[in-house]
Amino acid sequence: MRDDASHAARHDMASAYLAMDNISKSYGGVHALTDVEFACRRGSIHAVLGENGAGKSTLIKIISGVVQPDTGTMHLNGKPVKFMTPLEANAAGIVCIFQELSLMPDLSVADNITITDPPRNAIGLIDSRAQRRIAEELLARVGCEDIDPRERVRNLALSRRQMVEIAKALGRQPQLLILDEATSALTSSDVEKVYSILHSLRDEGLALLYISHRMHEIEALADTCSVFRNGHHIETFDKDVHSDDEIVQLMIGRDMQHVFPPKPERQALPEPVLEVRDLAWQPILNNISLTVGRGEIVGIGGLDGQGQRELLLALFGVLRGVGGKILIDGKPVRINSPATAKSDRIGMALIPEDRKTEGLMLPMAVNENITMAALPMLTRGLMIDRSAEAEKIREIVEKISIKVGDMDAPVATLSGGNQQKVVIAKWLLTGARIVLLNDPTRGIDVGTKQELYQLLRELADADTAILFYTTDYDELIGCCDRVLILYDGGIVRELEGADITETNIVSSSLNLPVEQPAHSGAAVQ
Amino acid sequence: MKTLRLLATQNLGFLLAVGMFAALYSVYVSMHPNYGMNVVNQNGNETLALILVAMAQTMAVLIGGLDLSVGPLMTLVNCFGSLVMAGSGGNIFLGIISCMALGAACGFMNGCIVVYGRIQPIIATLATGAIFIGLALFLRPTPGGNVDGDFSWAFTNDINELGLTYGWWDELGWFGTIPLQPIILGLILLLVWVPFRRSTTGRGCYAIGSAEGAAYMSGVRIDRCKLAAFTIGGFFAGCAGIYLTMQMGSGNADAPQAAEYTLRSIAAVVIGGTSLYGGVGGVVGTVFGALVLRSISFIFRVVPEDSLLGFVASPLLQPLFEGLILLLAVSLGAARVFRIRNRLSLFT
Amino acid sequence: MSLPFKIDKPILIGLGFIVVILAVGTVYTLATQGKASFLSPTYLLQQLHFGAFLGITAAGMMIVILLGHIDLSVPWTLTTSAMLATAIGGTLGDITCIAVGIGVGLVNGIGVAFLRVPSMIFTLGVNTVLLGLMVMLTGGHAPQSAATDLMLFLGRDRSFGVLPHSVVVWAAVSAALIFMLTRTPLGRYIYAIGNQEGAAYLSGVRTRLVIVAAFVICSLCASIAGLALGGYSARAYQAMGDQYLLPSIAAVVLGGTNILGGQGRYAGTVVGAILIVLLQSVLSVMQMDEAFRQVIYGSVIIIMLLIYGRGRMTAS
Repeated sequence: MRDDASHAARHDMASAYLAMDNISKSYGGVHALTDVEFACRRGSIHAVLGENGAGKSTLIKIISGVVQPDTGTMHLNGKPVKFMTPLEANAAGIVCIFQELSLMPDLSVADNITITDPPRNAIGLIDSRAQRRIAEELLARVGCEDIDPRERVRNLALSRRQMVEIAKALGRQPQLLILDEATSALTSSDVEKVYSILHSLRDEGLALLYISHRMHEIEALADTCSVFRNGHHIETFDKDVHSDDEIVQLMIGRDMQHVFPPKPERQALPEPVLEVRDLAWQPILNNISLTVGRGEIVGIGGLDGQGQRELLLALFGVLRGVGGKILIDGKPVRINSPATAKSDRIGMALIPEDRKTEGLMLPMAVNENITMAALPMLTRGLMIDRSAEAEKIREIVEKISIKVGDMDAPVATLSGGNQQKVVIAKWLLTGARIVLLNDPTRGIDVGTKQELYQLLRELADADTAILFYTTDYDELIGCCDRVLILYDGGIVRELEGADITETNIVSSSLNLPVEQPAHSGAAVQ
Repeated sequence: MKTLRLLATQNLGFLLAVGMFAALYSVYVSMHPNYGMNVVNQNGNETLALILVAMAQTMAVLIGGLDLSVGPLMTLVNCFGSLVMAGSGGNIFLGIISCMALGAACGFMNGCIVVYGRIQPIIATLATGAIFIGLALFLRPTPGGNVDGDFSWAFTNDINELGLTYGWWDELGWFGTIPLQPIILGLILLLVWVPFRRSTTGRGCYAIGSAEGAAYMSGVRIDRCKLAAFTIGGFFAGCAGIYLTMQMGSGNADAPQAAEYTLRSIAAVVIGGTSLYGGVGGVVGTVFGALVLRSISFIFRVVPEDSLLGFVASPLLQPLFEGLILLLAVSLGAARVFRIRNRLSLFT
Repeated sequence: MSLPFKIDKPILIGLGFIVVILAVGTVYTLATQGKASFLSPTYLLQQLHFGAFLGITAAGMMIVILLGHIDLSVPWTLTTSAMLATAIGGTLGDITCIAVGIGVGLVNGIGVAFLRVPSMIFTLGVNTVLLGLMVMLTGGHAPQSAATDLMLFLGRDRSFGVLPHSVVVWAAVSAALIFMLTRTPLGRYIYAIGNQEGAAYLSGVRTRLVIVAAFVICSLCASIAGLALGGYSARAYQAMGDQYLLPSIAAVVLGGTNILGGQGRYAGTVVGAILIVLLQSVLSVMQMDEAFRQVIYGSVIIIMLLIYGRGRMTAS
């Protein structure tokens, strides 16, 4: 892949382009980065690895001037630098493609691409024709001639927006380009284009920082890797020094083996609690049929964006115009709002994807958040029964060991893991019989994850039916009694027992045949 | 074709406002017993101040805020103008310049409070609005002022009158009957709005209104853009005050009138297709939004009392119909709500 | 848990400003008249008597602001209530007044919660419609009818010659709202929606009904204020509510409620209302021109917000 010239060029520029020393940053007592030493070179793609919450985002936010470090120094090309705003970092040649897109939805593609430094005419006004030409050139460079520069970003699909974001970054003539999960929404052909662009940029002598969770991307791209864990820089090593397993070890800091609680022996088929027949929500969901039995944990897998999130929202009554049937305990029900979904008759709970906007009221007190869903059950007449409320809160906090000093403090002051526990506590208090989870372990620490797995199993043992969508294959393998793989809005495969293996999950996710077809793993489509 | 489609879909609110105005105004014209240029002139006199105030409001709304001080600022400049726009030609000119400067300075002050004081625009301008009214009362405790009559007359009529009053030119035929108000408005749009819209700062304002976080990440100079938006808003409000002064020939620290202008300006902005969440729209749409509002009142004047619709001719019904039309116009947007298929998207 | 009673920074600053205002006024009267008339119970009760109308209006406004919305229809809800009550007269008039409050609240709530029109513009339209209705019904003149007995009782009369009934009404409204905000699920839901509407919805809260309820409470408060204010002036007149819109918003914000919703204590709104009433009254006793009164009024709002607002309402 690499030709010798570029290889040599890289070594010529081996000295650090960006060097960070003793960088620390904490947010309200939570240490995001502790005494980090980090360096990257020109002409190299440097992958930064780590779990969510490991400090990667904070690292790039510091480099790109979005936040300022509490302590430590930064050198760019040997000169000390300090960026107070993204603008200053930009001026120094540092350009970042953020995970949360930094596009303005109501502006045109061309406006977005040239937002800070548009071409101007003789009297200093934006030259829209030149601007359009620049945008077209940059879009062509990333292979997106199909995007009209005059179109508003709002009207573009997510994958197109991500390509616009990349074009926008290239237009700023970066010396150091940072990509934070920049390919998460891309189609595979776009990913190929991005790879070749990144390779050519490296050969031009740029320094590239690449943040991704996908191991195969790291393999395809990275020359150097750095692993972060809990705000510490653990190790930096060249490509091929460590195997994938070793890298994972470095990332989680311990053996994966004993993370999950043992699964119970399966006896007869459990009595179905939730049955779904021919559920459809065009064009995202087609003819989904599934059952979740009493005391069963059913996993939902597949690549991102195959309709998993919509499936859970449809079950929870959030989507309008859902076709098909939902049966609870064998009786058909109509669920048209979360309020209906949580009613006694149905008893459903949803742990949403984004706890900050969908799960919690961050400025409100911990205890108020915990009882938000169960409040009707804690009300006598008009009044909230405060003693009952306090008692319930005390019980649940103890049960799932939420670490909280002051129950009246805003929930925003808790760590990510404890915040997620508050969301879960909120729903446990309703006594839900059916629990839907939408990627609940994102951005929480390993310890809390382990507690969560334990809790799920305990809930299942207490006859709760659980539908568990996660992007983490290990969780599907370690937690679930059955796994349903979604592809393009339909269930393509159901895996059970020993068939739940990484190979099977990955190949099913890509809609390839399962390698070892077993008697229990029945293909649905 | 593609260009047309893009233009149409990206300016739907604006086109709607233009359409509404065209429809309403042609009803007015068809019902008017003796329509002519003098009627246009009269309409212009009644509308221009509202248009300018609504343009000022647009500036705050574009960056996702709301300015409750536009009416009071117009009143302040009106009172100030009634003092400084007296005397001879040169003095009047200086007076106008200082009125514009006052408007812009007050807008800049609003911007400073919002940007550096980190107070929500709606609250900051609620307070500065009180201050502006106070200053206006201080300048003009009772209505009055002696704005040069010739000047007043010349600049609120048509091209002919402008020339005749000062002896600059004679009767110019049909060309001379063009009223001055559209020309004044056109000049302000051309000299202030168009350059702003096409500057980096102006586009930054749209970026802020669209997604402030993303704009910051992209390196937009947030503070500078907000200050510029408020300053230009103040300038527009100042122009409204100047026009009001010329039209009335006097100053009046009329607080209820100021409040009414502020509230109407919000309505004009919304009807003109600017989103109250910011980032979409512009002052040209607002011009038509204000025209729509005023056209409604015009129509009530010309409905013949003995016609089928005579019962609505009563001026007493006019505020009610204005309100109902406003409610109807804003509720049309509700169609979106019933098309939405993922209810979560209602909350973002 | 007793959140509204917890003394927080805005309330402390508000109380501090009240003390400063009274002190300045007292120094002034001591110097000019030789007596501390601002500290006399008669004077203070008189202020509360008059301040109650603003207090009640602000109380309702606060509920809507907590949701992150605003109600610009308050002025003409207040006026319409009072005018219809005096025009119809008797008990039927009183009932009509309350019905107006509930009706306007329902319309506002439905427009905002179900049609999802921004509250700023929808309530503005409702305000214009109410104004139009009143102009149509009265011909643009003040109605010639007198306040009902209940209005006089609530707005003008005092018990034992000292305790104004309007203050009692204010206290009752306050007690009801404090109860609602702290002890009932509705109150919890109002805060929740103001903070994160989507999360409240996903928690199974019937958010639309909560929004409608909040707007009904706001309009109801406005019509109660209209009832009492009509009694105080012994009549109803055009635009009697206009002077209550901006001060009620200011009172809520000065009391520490976030204009974007979700945060604020009821006690703060009471402090804010008293602060504004005292400020206006002290300035008028000091025989300041209306001009200076407005300037000082606006400046005090900005200064107070600068003192405690810094960093709290950050833009990004």
